[in-house]
Amino acid sequence: MAKYLLQRIASAVLVLWIVVSLTFVLMHSIPGGPFSREKQVPEAVLKNLEARYHTNDPLTKQYIDYMVNVAQFNLGPTFRYEGRTVNDLIKDGLPKTATIGFLATIFALGGGLLLGSIAALWHNKTPDAVATFIATIGISVPSFVMATFLQYYLGYKLGLFPPVGWNEGAWRNLVLPSLALGAFPIAQITRLMRTSMLDVLNQDYIRTAKSKGLPGYVIIGRHAMRNALLPIITYLGPFFAYILTGNFVVEFVFGIPGIGQFFVTSITNRDYSTIMGMTVLFCSLLVVFNLLVDIAYTFIDPRIKLTSQKGA
Amino acid sequence: MKLAQNLFEPAISQISAEHINRPSTTMMQDAWRRFTLNKLAMAGLVTLAGLIIFAFIGPFIIKYNYYSNDLMNTYLPPSWIHPFGTDALGRDSMARLMYGGRVSLAIGFVSVLINLSIGVFYGGISGYFGGRIDNVMMRIIDIIYSVPDLLYVILLMVVMGKGGLLNIMIVLGIVNWMGMARIVRGQILALREQEYVLAARTLGASTARLMLKHLIPNALGPIIITSALAIPSAIFMEAFLSFIGIGIQPPFASWGSLAADGRLNIPSYPYALFFPAAAIAITMLAFNFVGDGLRDAFDPKMRK
Repeated sequence: MAKYLLQRIASAVLVLWIVVSLTFVLMHSIPGGPFSREKQVPEAVLKNLEARYHTNDPLTKQYIDYMVNVAQFNLGPTFRYEGRTVNDLIKDGLPKTATIGFLATIFALGGGLLLGSIAALWHNKTPDAVATFIATIGISVPSFVMATFLQYYLGYKLGLFPPVGWNEGAWRNLVLPSLALGAFPIAQITRLMRTSMLDVLNQDYIRTAKSKGLPGYVIIGRHAMRNALLPIITYLGPFFAYILTGNFVVEFVFGIPGIGQFFVTSITNRDYSTIMGMTVLFCSLLVVFNLLVDIAYTFIDPRIKLTSQKGA
Repeated sequence: MKLAQNLFEPAISQISAEHINRPSTTMMQDAWRRFTLNKLAMAGLVTLAGLIIFAFIGPFIIKYNYYSNDLMNTYLPPSWIHPFGTDALGRDSMARLMYGGRVSLAIGFVSVLINLSIGVFYGGISGYFGGRIDNVMMRIIDIIYSVPDLLYVILLMVVMGKGGLLNIMIVLGIVNWMGMARIVRGQILALREQEYVLAARTLGASTARLMLKHLIPNALGPIIITSALAIPSAIFMEAFLSFIGIGIQPPFASWGSLAADGRLNIPSYPYALFFPAAAIAITMLAFNFVGDGLRDAFDPKMRK
C-alpha cells in the first residue's frame, strides 16, 4: 500500500509538471500580453511594469523561476488585481467554491443513488418513469440554461430563494447554485445507478438472499446497493472534474465570488500567473480526487487489489 | 432382370448439410434490424432527421434571413408572423434558430469526425503494438485526462483566435479524442489475439491490411456508439464556449450562442431563451436515445 501510494504521488508530480509546462507554452503562444490594453500604455510605464513582473526576462528564465516558486506553493502575483497574489485569490475564493461543490456533490450523489435505486426497484412502473424523466432533463439542458431557469423561476418568479449573491454563505443563497451545479451529475448518476442496480437485482445471490427470508432493506442495503455502487465509483473521477469546472458557470450566473470566475477571465486577460495558478490548483485537486477514488475502490470492493499480486 | 445403369450411381446430394438457405446477414444488417425494433431509438432517429431538415432545408422555405435587422420590431413575442418571435435587433428568431442549428449540428458532426480519426488512429496503434508502446501511449492519455478539458478548450480557443467555426470544430475535436482512443485500444487489444487475425497474419497480410480489413471493422460497434454519444457533448461544449463569449460570434449564431443571448433578458423575454434551450434539449435527447439504441443493437448481450 505504501509503495503504491508513493508510486502514485510520484506520477502525480510528473503529471503536474508536464501539465504546467504545457500550459506555460500554450499561454505564451497567445498573441498579446497582460499589459496590452485597448488604451496604449506609455512606453516607460510598460517597461517598468514588465521589469516589475519579470515579463521581459527570457522565457526559459521565467519558466525556471515559476517552477521553483510553484514547488514552494508560491503561485506569484496576479497581473490583473493590483497588490494581490494568486495565493490570495485562491484563499478567498476556494472556500466558497468548495462549499458549493460540496453541497452539489451531496445533492448529486444522494439524489442520484436514491433516484436510480427507486427506478430499478420499480422497474417499468411510474417511479421509474419519473426518475428517468428527471435524469433526462438533467443531461439534456446545458448548465447555464439550467442555472438561469432555476434562478428565474425559483428565485425571481416564486421568490423561494435569493436569485443572486453570496451573502456570507447564508444557506438560502447556497440552494440554487448547488442545485444548478448538481443537475447534470445527478442525471448521470441516476442513469448509472439504475442500470447497475437492475443488473445486480437479477443476480443469483439476490435470489438466495430473498429465499433465506432476509428482510427487504437488508437485501437492498447490504447486498444490492454495495455491489451496484461500483460503476458509480468509476464515474466519480469525471464527476469531480465536472464539479470543478462546472463551477464557473454557476458562479457566474449566481454572482458568487469563488475561483471559477478566474478560470476564464484570466485567460482572456492574459493574466499568466493566475491562469497557471488555476491550472496547478485544478489539476492537483483532480489528481488527488482520482487517487482517493482508486483507494475507495478497495474499501467498497475487497476483490480489487491496488498492488498486483504474484500469481493472481 | 435388367437394371438401369444409372441406378447404381452414388447419390450425391445437391444440397450439402452445411448449406445456408437464407442469405447471410452482415453485422450491420443485424444491428440495423435490432435498432429498428427499438421504438425509443427510432423516435430519436426520426427527431434527428426532423432537426436536420429544420436546420438545413428550413432556411429555404422561411422568408426571413438570420441577419436582417428590423429595429421597429425588437423582442416581439411569438406570433403568426414570427412563430418564435424576434430578438434584440428584430431578427426573426426562427430563422436564427435554423441557421444556429446548422452551425451546432455541423460542429457536433465535424468535431466528432476529427475526434474519431485521431482516436481510432491513436487507439489502433496503441492496441495493435501493445507492450511498451501501448504503455507509453496510454500514460500520455492519462496525463491529458487529468487536466480539466474546459481549461484546454478555452486556452486553445484563445490561441487559435476565437469565434471561427472551423477553429471551434478543430478545438473540440482535438480535446475529446482520448475516450475514443481508450475504447478502440481496448477493442484492438482483445481482437488481435483472435484466431482469424493469426490466420490472416499467416497468410502474409500486412499491418495496414490487418488493421483496416480485420481489426477496425470488428471494433466498429463501440466506435459508432461512442461517436453517437460524443456528438451531443460537443454541442454542449460549444454552448458553453458561446456562454463565456468565445464561441460563435454574431451575426452568426449557434443554438448555444442564441441561448446565451436569450439568457441576458430573461425577466422580460423568457421566450428568447426557451426556444434555443428547447432545441438543444431535443437534440441531446434524440442523440442519447439513438446512442442507447445503437448500444443495444450492437451489443445484444447487454440487453435483458
